[in-house]
Amino acid sequence: MDQNIPQVIQTVPLQYYVFFATALFSIGVLGVLTRRNAIIIFMCVELMLNAVNVLLTAFSAYRADPNGQVFVFFIMAVAAAEVAVGLAIIVMIYRNLQNTDVNLLNRLKF
Amino acid sequence: MQETVIPAAGAPYSTLLYVLIPLLPFLGFLINGLLNRRLSGTVAGLIGSATVLGSFAISVFLFLNFQYQYTVTLFDWISVGSLQIPFSYQIDQLSLIMLLLVTGVGFLIHVYSIGYMHHDENVGKFFSFLNLFIFSMLVLVLGANFVILFIGWEGVGLCSYLLIGFWNKNTSYNNAAKKAFIINRVGDLGFLLGIFLIYLTFDSVQYAEVFQKASTLQIGTMTVTAITLLLFVGAAGKSAQLPLYTWLPDAMAGPTPVSALIHAATMVTAGIYMILRANVLFTLAPHTLEVIAIIGAATALFAATIGLAQNDIKKVLAYSTVSQLGYMFLALGVMGYSTSLFHVLTHAFFKALMFLGAGSVIHAMSNEQDMRRMGGLRKALPITFITFLIGCLAIAGIPPFSGFFSKDEILLHVYEHNKVLYAVGLFTAFLTAFYMFRLLFLTFFGEFRGTQEQKHHLHESPASMTLPLIILAILAAVGGFMNAPLVLGKGYLADYLAPLFTYSQRLNPAAFGAEVDHATEYMLIGLSVGAGVLGILLAYVQYVSRGVRPVEDGESRGFLENLIYHKYYIDELYNALIVRPIMWLSRGLYRFVEQGIIDPVVNGFGRVTMGGGQLLRYVQTGSVETYLILMVVGIVLVLALNFVKF
Repeated sequence: MDQNIPQVIQTVPLQYYVFFATALFSIGVLGVLTRRNAIIIFMCVELMLNAVNVLLTAFSAYRADPNGQVFVFFIMAVAAAEVAVGLAIIVMIYRNLQNTDVNLLNRLKF
Repeated sequence: MQETVIPAAGAPYSTLLYVLIPLLPFLGFLINGLLNRRLSGTVAGLIGSATVLGSFAISVFLFLNFQYQYTVTLFDWISVGSLQIPFSYQIDQLSLIMLLLVTGVGFLIHVYSIGYMHHDENVGKFFSFLNLFIFSMLVLVLGANFVILFIGWEGVGLCSYLLIGFWNKNTSYNNAAKKAFIINRVGDLGFLLGIFLIYLTFDSVQYAEVFQKASTLQIGTMTVTAITLLLFVGAAGKSAQLPLYTWLPDAMAGPTPVSALIHAATMVTAGIYMILRANVLFTLAPHTLEVIAIIGAATALFAATIGLAQNDIKKVLAYSTVSQLGYMFLALGVMGYSTSLFHVLTHAFFKALMFLGAGSVIHAMSNEQDMRRMGGLRKALPITFITFLIGCLAIAGIPPFSGFFSKDEILLHVYEHNKVLYAVGLFTAFLTAFYMFRLLFLTFFGEFRGTQEQKHHLHESPASMTLPLIILAILAAVGGFMNAPLVLGKGYLADYLAPLFTYSQRLNPAAFGAEVDHATEYMLIGLSVGAGVLGILLAYVQYVSRGVRPVEDGESRGFLENLIYHKYYIDELYNALIVRPIMWLSRGLYRFVEQGIIDPVVNGFGRVTMGGGQLLRYVQTGSVETYLILMVVGIVLVLALNFVKF
C-alpha cells in the first residue's frame, strides 16, 4: 500500500462519484422536505453537506488541485459549528414543546 | 476733489477688532438665549447691555481714529464662476455714523429695558432677542456689498417679528408680528430683485465696484431707474412708507423698549441707510427721486393726520415715526442725502426718548396706554415729564432743539426743489407740533382720569429707566448743533459726510451746489418755527385752556374725525383688496387642489402599498416545510435558468 490517496481515489471513475454524490444530495433534499422530525431534518442537511464534500474530494484528486480538499475542511468546521448551534436550538424546542415536530413551530405567520 | 470713495489701503487694525463689533452682541444673544432660565433678569440685562457697550466702545474708537475709507475682507463667502461675493465690511463715514447710532442708542435702550422688563418672566429671552437685533443691524450697516446688507436686512425683519410677538400668549400681538413680517416680505422681494438687477447690470454686488461702474453711466437710463425703483420698494417696506406702512403702528404690540429700538431708532432707518449707501444709483435716476419725494411727502402728511386722532399713546408715536420717516424720504428725493441722515440721527434721539418716556408713563400707569385715562402726570413723573417735553419740542421744530435744525434743513432743500412739496412739508410740521403737544397735554396736564388704584400706584421710574431718558434728552436738545444751518456757521456733519457723495456730486453738480441767500433762509426758518409754535398754541388752547377731551368709544364722532380715527380705513381696505382674496384663493386651492388632487394621490400610494402588503402576507404561512419547498424550488429555478439561453 505505498500508493498515495489521490491515486486510490482515481481507481474509481469520476462519473460514479458524481452519481453517488447526486444521489446522496437528493436523498438529503427529499429528507429535509418530507420529514417532520427536526433531528432527522438536521441529519439530512448533514447528508447534503457531505455529498458536496465527496464531490469536492473526487474532483480535487482528479485535477490534482488541493484547493478542493482545503475547502472540505472548511465545510467540516462550519458543519461542526452548525451542529452545535442547531442541536442547542432543538434541545430548547424539545424542552418547551416536549416534541421536535417542526410543524408545531408555525406560530410565526400572518 | 480728492478720490476717497474707493478704498485706498487695507484696514489699519487687526481684523479681530472689526469682527468683534457684531460678534459681541451675538455672544450676548447666545449666552442669554442658551442660559435663559438660569440667569436672573438683572444678570441677563447686564450681559445684554455690556455686549452692546463693548461694540459701542469699538465703534467710538474707530470713529475717533478714522482716516480713510477701507474695506475689511473676512473670508471669501460665495464664489461661483464670475460671481464673487467676499464677506467683507465697509468702514466709511456712513457706516461709522450708523454704528455709533445703533450701538449708542441701542445701549441706552438695553439699560432702560433692565428696569422696564424687571417684572417679566422671560427677561433672558427678551435680552437675547434684543442682542440678536443689534447684531443684525450691525451686519446690515457694516456689510461691504448688497448681499451682506440683505443678510442684516432679513435679520432685523426676523428680530422685529420675534420682538413684536414677544408676549406671544396674546393672539392679536402675534397677528401684529405676522403682519410686520409679511409686509416686510413684500418690500424684501423688491429689494432682492433690485440686487439681481444690479448684478446683471454691473456684474458685481460689491459697493465699491458697482458705484464706480455706475458713475460712468448717463443720467436717466432705464436700467438704473428700474434698479432704484426696486430698491425703493424694499426701502419703503422696511421704513414704513406708503403704501407699506401699516405694519409699523401695529408693531406697537411689542414691549415699549422694542418700539423705541426697532420702530424709532434703528430698524426703520435701514431703508434710508440703503438709499444713502446707493446714492450714486439714485442720483442717476431722477424719475425715481421724484417718486421718492412724492411718496415721502404724502406719507409725512398722511401719517400726521392719522396721528391727530389716536388715543393710544404709542400709536400716536408710531404714526409720528411714519410721518418723520416720510420727511427723511422727502429729503432723499430732493437729493439732500446728508440732510436725510442728519434727520435720521436727531429723530433717533428724540423718538427713542419719547418712546422710552411713553414706556415710563405706561410703566407708572400699570400698563395703561389710553391717553383718555391719563392726565396730570407731571407731578408724579417729573423727570419723565421734562425729558418728554424736550422730545416734543425737538420734534415740533422749536429752536434750539435738534429737530429744528434737521427739519429746517430738509424743508430748505425741498424749497429749492419744489414749492408744492415744501408746502406739504410745512403743513405737516404744523400737524406734527399739534398732535405731539396734544399727547403731551393729555398725558401730563389737567386732572388725573384713571382709576383710584392706578393713582395710588403712580411712581417715577427707577434710575435704570430715567438715566437713559436724561441722556437721550440731552442729545435731543443739543444734537442739532452737529450740523448747524449755514447762517449759523457750517454743517460739521455735512462736511464729514461729503466724501460719500463725490460720485453723485460729479454726476449732478447742480443739485448740490445751490446756495440760498440768507434772507430766504431766515424766512424759511421763520415759517417752520411759526408753524411749530402755531401747532403748540392750538393744542394748548384746545386741550389745556378749553380742556377738550377725546371722544369716548361709544359716542359719535364727526365724519372727518371718524375717518381719521379709523386711519382712513386703510387696514380694512387692504383686508378687502388683498388679504381676503388671497384667503379665498388659498381656501379654494386647499379644497380643490389639496383635498381634490394631492391628497387622493398621496393616500392612493399608501392604499396600494397597504393592499399589496395585505395580499402578500398570506405567503407567510408559518409552516417550515412550505418555506423549505419554496426555497428548493427557487434554487432549482435559479440553476435551471443557467441552462436557458437568453
